[in-house]
Amino acid sequence: MSTVTSIRRPTAGYLETLLACQPQLPTSPLAWINALRAEAVNRLDVLTLPTLRDEEWRFTDISQLTKLSFSPALGATYLEAADIAHFYIEEATTRLVFVDGLYAPQLSSAASCGNGDSGVVVSNLPTVLASHAAAIEAHLGRHAAFRDNVFAALNTAFLHDAAVIVVPRDVALAAPVHLLFIATQKEVVSTPRCLVVAESGSVVTVIEDYVVFYQPRWQEEAHFTNAVTEIVLEDNARVNHIRIQREGSKAFHIANCAVSLGRASNYQSVSVSLGARISRYNLDVLLAEGAECAVDGLALIAANQLADTHTCIDHAQPHGVSRQLHKCIVDGSAHAVFNGKIMVRQGAQRTDSVQSSRNLLLTGKAHVDTKPQLEIFADDVKCAHGATIGQLDSEEVFYLKSRGLSDSVARNLLTYAFGAEIIERIPVASLRQRLGQTVLVQTTRQP
Amino acid sequence: MILQDSKTLLEVRGLRATVNGIEILKGLDFTVKSGEVHAIMGPNGSGKSTFAKVLAGHTAYEVTAGSVLFEGKNLFELAPEERARAGVFLAFQYPIEIPGVANSQFLRLTYNTVQAQRGKEELDPLEFDDFVREKMKLLEMSPDFLDRSVNEGFSGGEKKRNEILQMALLEPRLAILDETDSGLDIDALRIVSHGVNQLANKDNATVLVTHYQRLLNYIVPDFVHVMEAGRIIKTGGKELALELETRGYDWVAAEHQAASETRAAGGAA
Repeated sequence: MSTVTSIRRPTAGYLETLLACQPQLPTSPLAWINALRAEAVNRLDVLTLPTLRDEEWRFTDISQLTKLSFSPALGATYLEAADIAHFYIEEATTRLVFVDGLYAPQLSSAASCGNGDSGVVVSNLPTVLASHAAAIEAHLGRHAAFRDNVFAALNTAFLHDAAVIVVPRDVALAAPVHLLFIATQKEVVSTPRCLVVAESGSVVTVIEDYVVFYQPRWQEEAHFTNAVTEIVLEDNARVNHIRIQREGSKAFHIANCAVSLGRASNYQSVSVSLGARISRYNLDVLLAEGAECAVDGLALIAANQLADTHTCIDHAQPHGVSRQLHKCIVDGSAHAVFNGKIMVRQGAQRTDSVQSSRNLLLTGKAHVDTKPQLEIFADDVKCAHGATIGQLDSEEVFYLKSRGLSDSVARNLLTYAFGAEIIERIPVASLRQRLGQTVLVQTTRQP
Repeated sequence: MILQDSKTLLEVRGLRATVNGIEILKGLDFTVKSGEVHAIMGPNGSGKSTFAKVLAGHTAYEVTAGSVLFEGKNLFELAPEERARAGVFLAFQYPIEIPGVANSQFLRLTYNTVQAQRGKEELDPLEFDDFVREKMKLLEMSPDFLDRSVNEGFSGGEKKRNEILQMALLEPRLAILDETDSGLDIDALRIVSHGVNQLANKDNATVLVTHYQRLLNYIVPDFVHVMEAGRIIKTGGKELALELETRGYDWVAAEHQAASETRAAGGAA
């Protein structure tokens, strides 16, 4: 008796559907962009959507995504500034707004050469493509590898517009830049793209913010955000990167972020996952000699949400420093996943790396899979990592009760504090306050 | 100070308590009156810290026998937070760090909770800020400690000062200081002791749990008790602490043992 196994690619049709309208994209005036897109489309012929059988996706089942059909937004939803003013961040003097993936200049407050002496660029891609062709070509699509990543390839296939930030040499931008991505329509797939180039010695704070705008009569509906961000730090540059994902509760959010650190540069990142039915954030950080990074994260989820964070901090050269604190607060029957790889390559001597994954389960049905991973190929390094999963610490609860606080106040305070420790690291006061309030509301239980 | 018209604050009779099924306190008797300062000394493992935690209501310890009256009321009927509001305060040997909560926020929350329970006025953040800064001067603490997370990154001495600051805010009737002196350098010991002495008055009382006589140079006790194997086996004045410092604890245990045998023999005769 013989068994015939047919080789099927059940999701291939899905990708073809998603790609159906790709040829309608306007041709870019720059040949290299067209080539990049074409290459991505070619890769999508070979790549398949991941399943639980893929090691990198073994805890995150995206089969539900494939059961829904999404297509790019045909027309922009018209929003007034007043509609979205509550998303604005008061410290940010420049802001780029994308609605369902489409750039909304009337809502944005851009900066490009000409309206400022500093030469700072905060603009969308077509606007600055000609004036900054060299910087953009050197980096766009060069850091976020898409050859083996189906979602990054999908994003790249649709590469048309992007948020572009270029901070010239030795310029320190005091005010943060706000990149605001607003979802307004159901069944829409958007492919946000960001490029941040911090030239040698420059300083910038970037807030990457994914939100949902509830139209009148909007019921919670699915949309699909598939983002790619590339951040380049040249020597001695410093970038603060704050990423907030607060999409609707039925949304799918998949994002790839690649960060490349030059010599002695410093990357500080805080990512906060609050929304989406299923979210996946891949963050790859590559450190050159003497570079430093702090990569912190908080997933605060409830109900049936799934939040998956995969990070890879790659110490490619000596004297790098990395710090990572990733926390999950999991309520309801939600599921958090953390996979944090620290790679110390051969020759990356004197690497100093500390990684910690801490997880708080608020119910018996909440679930966490955490996997800190150290891969060390150098012999003179200092690396520590650890993970904890559990309920609130009874000694901490007792301490607060011994000061007169009731059991429920004590527990609420400790749960809040667990999340607030990450929020406190956000260097933008109004955002810190707002997110602190969000954590407070979501962690407060009535006695 | 020992006063003529003092009231009994704490009365412990035959207290027995276990942790994980192991008996730690084995019939402990102890009385504290208002205005008094008591020191409980004894070797490691004698049950001093357990006693302090049982009084504060730690749930890991199970009380199996005996009674504790606090101002005439059964202490065991009160939850830990109710004991705190009623005026029992425990300064922890190892204060807990709470990253993410500003010390000022925590101090104000505990202060207002206890004030409200006592029918007194709560303070808004501005009023509280003035109030707590005054109290911090007592402990020579920099106002920077208000903005930092509770105990996070504090040195040992700073944590202990923060404990005494909480004591100053909550104004307990009965303060139990569990090894508050351990890990302090001389300067910090002097400051913390000064704070404790300033807070003592004729209506409250202080119980010092300590290993070292050194603390008692700064906070002078009215009574020194020696604890051994879950019981108080000897009580004396402040001079007893000096004797313990030079002679250790063994002689007290031997003396106690001999006395028990004599009693037993006398009973048999």
